[in-house]
Amino acid sequence: MTTPMTVSEKILSAKAGREALAGDVVTCNVDLVLGTDASSPMAIDYFERMGGERLHDPARVMFAFDHYSPPTSGKTRAFHDRVRAFVAKFGGTILEVGEGISHQVAVERGLALPGGLVIGADSHTVACGALNLFATGVGSSDLAAAMITGRVWLRVPETILVRLVGARPAGVAAKDAALALVGEIGADGANYKSVEFEGPGLDQFSLEDRLVFSNLAVEMGAKAAVFPADEVTDAYLAGRATRRGTPTRADAGARYAREVTLDVASLSPRVALPHAPDSVVQIADAVGTPIHMVFIGTCTGGRVPDIHEAIDVLTRGGGRIASGVQLVVTPASREVERRLTDDGTLARLAAMGATVTTPGCGACCGTSGVIPADGSTVLSTANRNFKARMGPQSVSIYLASPAACAAAALSGRITDPRTVSP
Amino acid sequence: MMPLEFQGRARRLGDDINTDYIIASTRKKETLDEAVLKRYLLETVDPAFAASVREGDVIVAGRNFGGGSAMEIAVTVILAAGIKAVVAQSFARTFFRNAINNGLVPVECNTSSIGEGEALSIAVGVRGATVTCVASQETLIGAPLSVAVLGILESGGLVAYLRAHGGRLT
Repeated sequence: MTTPMTVSEKILSAKAGREALAGDVVTCNVDLVLGTDASSPMAIDYFERMGGERLHDPARVMFAFDHYSPPTSGKTRAFHDRVRAFVAKFGGTILEVGEGISHQVAVERGLALPGGLVIGADSHTVACGALNLFATGVGSSDLAAAMITGRVWLRVPETILVRLVGARPAGVAAKDAALALVGEIGADGANYKSVEFEGPGLDQFSLEDRLVFSNLAVEMGAKAAVFPADEVTDAYLAGRATRRGTPTRADAGARYAREVTLDVASLSPRVALPHAPDSVVQIADAVGTPIHMVFIGTCTGGRVPDIHEAIDVLTRGGGRIASGVQLVVTPASREVERRLTDDGTLARLAAMGATVTTPGCGACCGTSGVIPADGSTVLSTANRNFKARMGPQSVSIYLASPAACAAAALSGRITDPRTVSP
Repeated sequence: MMPLEFQGRARRLGDDINTDYIIASTRKKETLDEAVLKRYLLETVDPAFAASVREGDVIVAGRNFGGGSAMEIAVTVILAAGIKAVVAQSFARTFFRNAINNGLVPVECNTSSIGEGEALSIAVGVRGATVTCVASQETLIGAPLSVAVLGILESGGLVAYLRAHGGRLT
């Protein structure tokens, strides 16, 4: 009889070609290798120093120009040139400026499939786990080694099981639930561990909602954050992927390091206070805080449902942005931008006075996009609010849902989006 | 396998020192040259830190050192500053990997008794790691590294490891 396994153990066993249980160190075959313009130039250095002569499989290697999208200096543009020259010589796919965030595009293009193993030199690669795969962030050296060998060494993680229960109340976003979980588990509560989601509450969360949960899991240190494959997964992949992948479920009796139940019915809007993503409070505790810049975008909050959620609140509240507030909207990808262009959302946002920028990471980590003013306070849909994250050290960053960000754009203060009325 | 051994001066930091604090993203968009970036090492935490670092210093931190972004330059800037080891209560997993892959020695142990400026003697081997405070002769026991991980660390990092193993990850 074989040992009952978690989803993570099953996927890593399949990719290692041997039984891989929590604590084992195994070498696994990788399905997709993702680099960014922030991490790939250094990966190319490692590739050369490792004596790399070819990519193991160019079809599985993708580099996204997302952090410097567009480049704001000759120096950042030179990072792009370096990657272009590498791809011209060795192959691989480039996602050009404006095509979107690496792991978001991997999901949209059906390259992140159930049962798969994706590594990315971007910590938020874990987001892909929403589609029932093991996706994890690595540095540039691991990226280079995987480019050359097609493999990566991994310590098989223990798993925290998160059971979603209860009916989701109106006005509670996936971001609120995910922030509540980060607050509960803490910045290192899932360090070295995989988080696996299950429970009767799952079907209330769309694939885009699940991406929010998986994305934010790295803010509690998680190595991977895996959802089951179900009809939500199938519906998302229909028309995007030519293959269905290998849907993978945990065995009965699989061992978990910890089990956490998140009662969605008990939730209300949440805010993460400066300067830590796990410094999470109910929005009531932050209401009234003056806000100077509202940022709606990133791999956490820059997808179509996020921006729809925001414009619904903006419209309900009269569509007038408060004096002294800058509203910045950055779609996570070109697909998001195209869909929001086609349905008129971006034109309506622009008409309200929003600054709509090139798809990519935008202002999230101060590498591109709009830099907030010294001493200002930002409310953002992003995942990180570390000091100096968006550039100046004197900026205070609060994190919240797209709806809460929209509510603050209307009032100029942190506002419970459920109270916004015509 | 021979244990890795070295001495150094403790530089105390607190909990949750993320990679953005080690080196800001806004700095690395200007250059990837560690010899330049090391001037800004930990500037968000302590603007005077970089200028005070001496060759052989050891970073001693609390919980969750190196959380946040997986950027590997956070490790290579520490190395460029002449720091060869980080002792912490715990490491974020991406920082830990990047440290191993570049030959920066990460030691996980209870750091609460180590003070700023204390002389430390560190040994890391397959049986485990020890950190001895030279003045008090107190020895702290660190978590052992797996044989596979120690193999990469002892090679001097992933570049040397791959070169020694014919470009294969076995």
